Amino acid sequence: MGFKIMGEEKVAVHISKELYEKARKYVEESEGEFKSVDELVEFVLKEVLSEEVEEKVFTKEEEEKIKERLRALGYI
Amino acid sequence: MVSKPHGGKLVNRVVTGRRREYLLEEAKELRKVSVSESLAADVSNIAHGVYSPLEGFMVYNDYYHVLYDMRLANDVPWTIPIVLDVSREEILGLKEGDDIAISFKNTMLAIMEIEDIYKWDKREFCKKVFKTVDVRHPGVSKTMHRKDLLIGGSIYLLNDVPEPFERYRLWPVETRVLFEAKRWRTIAGFQTRNVPHRGHEYVQKAALTFVDGLFVNPLVGWKKTRDYKDEVIVRAYEALIENYYPKDSVVFSVLRMEMRYAGPREAILHAIVRKNFGCTHFIVGRDHAGVGDFYGPYEAWDIFNEFPDLGIIPMFIREAFYCMKCGGFVNEKICPHEEEYRVKVSGTKLRKMILSKEKPPEYMMRPEVVEVILNFERPFVE
Repeated sequence: MGFKIMGEEKVAVHISKELYEKARKYVEESEGEFKSVDELVEFVLKEVLSEEVEEKVFTKEEEEKIKERLRALGYI
Repeated sequence: MVSKPHGGKLVNRVVTGRRREYLLEEAKELRKVSVSESLAADVSNIAHGVYSPLEGFMVYNDYYHVLYDMRLANDVPWTIPIVLDVSREEILGLKEGDDIAISFKNTMLAIMEIEDIYKWDKREFCKKVFKTVDVRHPGVSKTMHRKDLLIGGSIYLLNDVPEPFERYRLWPVETRVLFEAKRWRTIAGFQTRNVPHRGHEYVQKAALTFVDGLFVNPLVGWKKTRDYKDEVIVRAYEALIENYYPKDSVVFSVLRMEMRYAGPREAILHAIVRKNFGCTHFIVGRDHAGVGDFYGPYEAWDIFNEFPDLGIIPMFIREAFYCMKCGGFVNEKICPHEEEYRVKVSGTKLRKMILSKEKPPEYMMRPEVVEVILNFERPFVE
């Protein structure tokens, strides 16, 4: 179920109480780097997901051209 | 999965098609700045994403942060400023917002939008980057002879400098496709400016034991005197790989980029560059990118502790030697025997033997590699 905070749409997720307490402690000790557990969770997820999704800088056609050159040079 | 490009996106500043034709015409009308071979290589490296996330030569804000914090202004790790030096005369009358044409010899390389013009303190640069202002250091000596102003801004590449080793020139976009085609998920990058001896082979194969593929990527371009010439390095590696490496486990490609001899800071730059090529691991040598005794033997290892967010895994593999008791190549961590049984492969000793046309023994260098090197009348930079 979605709702809005400061105009931005948000959704609720559930995590274990134990993990939540650890996160809350981390936020308290972060000396203001994170203002809330929500902010910390959002930061960590962004980091993890951005590592997984790589923006391709070439089209399928360009990739084929690259492979052609690699074949011609004997790399493939 | 190949490594994510440094800073998140692989830069592409290469202009093609009709836009290139248009910009080539426009470049004729612009003030021209002629650059050295090393800077021409930097222009290509920026445009082809070797230096991602840089899109041009550094503006003051990035220059300052890299010099003092070893990070770009946006906090992405970066250790050596990539800068374009010009004389006052060359840019007389130009201001921020103007365009210039960058050329090398008769080749129009690129157009650059000037975003920043600033002075640099070359001594301070040397102190930070090379940790010395001693002019016996080749990087210091070269920096002190550079021009007095720096200009920063994005570039648009129109032409690459012709590459004598075109058959071995691959750009990051190509190695990324290649590594994926080979289904390599882990790739160790190996940086070198030397011909391979048995110690190098040991280090590379030790790394290869743990990863899917090895990317041997020697630097070609300006080097100090008494280093091996580029062609000697390329031919020596051809002989080694042909005879001693499994074909599906190694990719050999050259990178035209200046050796700066900046030790630990350069080790980080070398790792970043290989990350952009798609490497997940990077082999860091003892006294990596060092020269003389300007850096401690393991300084280039220690600096990696300062970059937990580098995004490429350093592999610290100890220097190898031949142990007569072990009966093979080992390192100090795995060999229990005394010094008297250990035979070290010294680059200096090898150089002396090669200069006097003497064949180094097989435990130092593979005979096929020796033969290739000795076929060169003058194998060293003079």
